[in-house]
Amino acid sequence: MSGNRQSSLQTNLQYDGRGELHHLLTADGLKLETCERIFALADSLTETPGVKKLPVLRGKTIVLLFFEPSTRTRTTFEIAANRLSADVSAVNVATSATTKGESLVDTIETLQAMQADMFVVRHAQSGAAHLIARHVAPHVSVINAGDGCHAHPTQALLDGYTIRQRKGQVEGLRIAIVGDLLHSRVARSQIHLLQTLGVAQINLVGPKNLVPRAFEALGTRVYHDLRQGLQGVDVVMGLRMQRERMESGVLPSDREYFHYYGLTEERLKWAADDAIVMHPGPVNRGVEIDSALLDSGRSVILDQVTNGIAVRMAVMSLVLSRSWSVDS
Amino acid sequence: MIDTKIKTVMETNIDTLLDQMAIDCRELLAGEPALVVGIHTGGVWVGQALASRLGFNCAELDVSFHRDDILKSGLPQQTAVTRLPVTIDGRTILLVDDVLHTGRTIRAALDELYDHGRPARVMLAVLIDRGGYELPVRADVVGQVLSLAPGQSVKLVGPAPLTVEIRESQP
Repeated sequence: MSGNRQSSLQTNLQYDGRGELHHLLTADGLKLETCERIFALADSLTETPGVKKLPVLRGKTIVLLFFEPSTRTRTTFEIAANRLSADVSAVNVATSATTKGESLVDTIETLQAMQADMFVVRHAQSGAAHLIARHVAPHVSVINAGDGCHAHPTQALLDGYTIRQRKGQVEGLRIAIVGDLLHSRVARSQIHLLQTLGVAQINLVGPKNLVPRAFEALGTRVYHDLRQGLQGVDVVMGLRMQRERMESGVLPSDREYFHYYGLTEERLKWAADDAIVMHPGPVNRGVEIDSALLDSGRSVILDQVTNGIAVRMAVMSLVLSRSWSVDS
Repeated sequence: MIDTKIKTVMETNIDTLLDQMAIDCRELLAGEPALVVGIHTGGVWVGQALASRLGFNCAELDVSFHRDDILKSGLPQQTAVTRLPVTIDGRTILLVDDVLHTGRTIRAALDELYDHGRPARVMLAVLIDRGGYELPVRADVVGQVLSLAPGQSVKLVGPAPLTVEIRESQP
C-alpha cells in the first residue's frame, strides 16, 4: 500500500513511545495487531447480555465535540462512554464559543482546563482531529469521529468487525464500495482498514465524477459499471450521497443515480450468493439502496449500528487504559 | 525490563490434587447440581478438569473489564469471552480459579457473574492457595496451600499437561 510521507507522519501521532494506541485519528497506518485487539475486546463486550455498566473508565471525563450534526455516531459514542462509567459531556459547538469567534485550539485549551481525559471530535474540516491531538496535554486522547473528507476510523473498525462477525474472517474477501467515493471519509478509512485486514480485492464503483481513476493508486479497482463492479463480491458497501459537500451540478438527480447505481435485490445477484449489504447510514431509501433490499436478511445495517457501541467501547477503553507498567 | 525469572516445576501430581478437589466439591455440594465456572485462562483449565470429574458442565468467565487495576496497569493483552448459559439466576455456581492470591480476581469475577444474573449460591475452588489476601475472600475447596518466599510467584501452565511453576525473580 502506498503510505505517503504525510500520512505516515500523521499515523505516528496515534501511537505513543511504547507503541500503544494513544489517539485514534485515521485508519491509515493502524496496525493489524491493534485492530485485532479492538475486535477481541469488542467480542468480550458483546457477550454480556443487556450490557450492564462496566467500571473500566470510572473517574475519566470524555468530551464529545461535534462541530457537525450527527445522530448515530454521537449517540453510540455517548452510550459507549456511559456503559464504561465515564463522565460524558457533549458540547454543542455549533451554538457555542467557536461561533463567537474563539479559535479551535483555544476552545480545546478551555475544555482541557476542565480536566477532560478524552475528546471525541467530529469536524467538517479534514485534519481537525490531528490539529487537536497535537495541542492536547500528553495524558489526553483524541478520537476522530469524522473529519471532512479525510477519515472516520471507528466507522471503518465497526464495519470490519461486522464483516468478521458475518463472514468469520475478513482476510481474502472481495469487497465492493459503491457511491460517492470522492467525498467519503468513511470509504477512505474503509479502504485502509480492509487492506490492513487482508482483503483480496476492493472494487470502487460509481459515476466518473465521484469515483475518479486516481483511486486506483490506493491499490483498488475502479468501475463505472455497477454490474462489473459487483461481480462475485462477498460484501457490498453502500455510501451516502454527501450532498452537503458537493457543488451543485456534480451529481445527476436521485432518480438518475438510482437507475445506474442503486442497489436492489435483483442487482445483488451479480455478487456472490451469500453477499451481504452494508451502509454507514443515514441511508437515503430508494437512492443508494432499494427499500426491499434494505429490509431484507442480506442487509446488516442494524448490526453495524449495534456493533458500533461495542467497537467504540473497545477503542475508548483501550486508549484510556494504556498500560503504564512494563511488566505483566 | 527483561524477564529473568528462574522457573521450577512443582513436583506434586496435578491429577491427584484434582481428584481430591473433586471429592471435596462433591462433599460440599451434598448432591446439589452446580454449574462450574472457570476464570480465564488457568481457571478454565482447572474448571474443565473438575467439571469432567463431577459430571457437570463448565462455563467460562473473562474478568478483564472488572479488574480494579485497569487504569493503573491497562487492559490485559489477552482478553477472552465470557461464555455462560442463558441464565444463572437461582443456580449454584462453583467458581474455579488456578491460583488464589490477593482475592482481587475473585472480586472482579463476582462482578462479572452478577452482570449475568443472580445466582443462589457461589462457592470457590482453587488449585493453589498461596495466601496474601487483600480482600475478605477465601476458598471453599483448595487443592494445595503454598507458602512462597518474597519475590516468588506461582503460575499454572497448560492446557495439557497441567503443571505448576514456581517463578523467582533473579536478584
